[in-house]
Amino acid sequence: MRPDQEIIQHWIEPGSRVLDLGCGDGALLAYLQREKGVHAVGLEIDPSNIERCLAAGVAVIEQNLNQGLSNFETGSFDTVLLAQTLQALDNPAELVQEMLRIGKKGIVTFPNFGNWRSRLDLLLRGRMPVSEFMPHQWYDTPNIHFCTVRDFDVLCRDGNIDVLARTVVNSRHEGSWAMKAWPNFLGEVAIYHLTRH
Amino acid sequence: MTKQNDQNSVGLVEPQRYRFDEPLILRSGKALPAYELVVETYGELNADRSNAVLICHALSGDHHAAGYHSEDDRKPGWWDTCIGPGKAIDTDLFHVVCLNNLGGCGGSTGPVSINPDTGKHYGPDFPIITVRDWVNSQVRLMDRLGIEKWAAVIGGSLGGMQVLRWAISYPERLHHAVAIAAAPKLSAQNIAFNEVARQSITNDPDFHDGHYLEHGVHPKHGLMLARMVGHITYLSDSAMRAKFGKAVEGLQGQQGNFGRDLRTGSLSFGFNVDFEVESYLRYQGEQFSEKFDANTYLLMTKALDYFDPSVDYEGDLSRAFAKSDCKFLLVSFSTDWRFPPDRSRELVDQLLRAGKQVSYLEIEADQGHDAFLLPIPRYVNALSAYLGNAHRELCGDAT
Repeated sequence: MRPDQEIIQHWIEPGSRVLDLGCGDGALLAYLQREKGVHAVGLEIDPSNIERCLAAGVAVIEQNLNQGLSNFETGSFDTVLLAQTLQALDNPAELVQEMLRIGKKGIVTFPNFGNWRSRLDLLLRGRMPVSEFMPHQWYDTPNIHFCTVRDFDVLCRDGNIDVLARTVVNSRHEGSWAMKAWPNFLGEVAIYHLTRH
Repeated sequence: MTKQNDQNSVGLVEPQRYRFDEPLILRSGKALPAYELVVETYGELNADRSNAVLICHALSGDHHAAGYHSEDDRKPGWWDTCIGPGKAIDTDLFHVVCLNNLGGCGGSTGPVSINPDTGKHYGPDFPIITVRDWVNSQVRLMDRLGIEKWAAVIGGSLGGMQVLRWAISYPERLHHAVAIAAAPKLSAQNIAFNEVARQSITNDPDFHDGHYLEHGVHPKHGLMLARMVGHITYLSDSAMRAKFGKAVEGLQGQQGNFGRDLRTGSLSFGFNVDFEVESYLRYQGEQFSEKFDANTYLLMTKALDYFDPSVDYEGDLSRAFAKSDCKFLLVSFSTDWRFPPDRSRELVDQLLRAGKQVSYLEIEADQGHDAFLLPIPRYVNALSAYLGNAHRELCGDAT
């Protein structure tokens, strides 16, 4: 399981309804179905990921997040997940609002562009950052809306979103007192637990 | 290699006939006092009878879904691309059941059967059968076969509508509902095409108000025309271009060909066949009119027109699915303009509103509505992955 998924799963109530936006190969939902008995639905557009979901017994709907979520009813899920997908969306702010319309709670994870390595890449090398969590070159990246931990904090504040919990980890899934103290500088992956204010 | 020994086929198969003497009350209020269903099965039923799968056929289908009836057969059953050992609907894993629906002309009781009351063919007096009536008759077959719960009920087009009806009417009797290239109900355009087909049949001089068999004829031209119209709606514009636009001859330049190959290389300046597509449609229509019954065609189109499970729920389809207990897989094809992806997405949205477990795939395919019968890799692999998991969950790893 990916480091962010390991943390996310602690925030999911047993037996709850979970919608995963960009569910990938369905590994997290398969785990939540098996271990927590959740009612899970994933949205995905990559054909090979969709096939893996089907093979894993995860309900998956082929739907492009950039075309909106208007087909989902208000309050129809307990938790809506958006893991490592925020930065690839056409309109991330709108989608986060939609998440919190459909779900009572939302969980968002994204690669933190404010991490010291990213800053160093730009500062010293003069190059766009490339790392384990952001493995693409600037010209072929699907990630068109990078943000930092502080940027996302501002988005939540301006969008009337309450942050129930915020944590950052590095690529090896380790947290530390230092990361807690300087999340935007040391954290590589940011993980937010959200609800509407 | 003989068909019997073909590793990729279920081989030679023999239809079975089941008789039911308990009257079937139909949605129209009429009753069929007794009837017979012709059935084929492929693959072994396991000890706890948990691996049975029902295949529902579409407008022109029948019980012969896979394999061959004799070594001389040129073509296998209508869904042989998906049913067989190692195929998407894997007969090494599943016991596959397919029947000819009531009102059909493949051997089950229908317009060509003899009406015991009159000693003549039912013909136009055969009652109108709806999707609901078919499913009710399929439940009786299921009971006869000793199957308590289908691992899956699977169908495309009109077959997919039967799948939806199963999920609504008999929630406790299936684990998975797989509806391919289906729709929640027909559009006005769909019904319009069906009406053209019906008019062409009933206006044929050989129709004789449906009593053509008593006159020793059949409305060949009307049925041919009906099939030609239907066939156009099964293909996409791009499929036709691909099929009839390969060889560029005669007066047309390659840029402006639009898939309209000339048959002989020159125009006839008459009302004969000039273009390949005309000859193709005529051939398809003729082939079909030789083997299909006109009254069955009329009846099947009415079953399509009447399908709308939301009517019992004030038009709210999500309420129709409220009691459904199965998992759903829906598949649509990008160029299908008979039942386009939007129609499947309507179903997905209503199933989501009802809080059901639903998976949905929209397959890029050039072949139009017909794509559901073709071995399109992404489609077939997804079906295989879905059913493989269903088998693991329901039957354990042992086969």
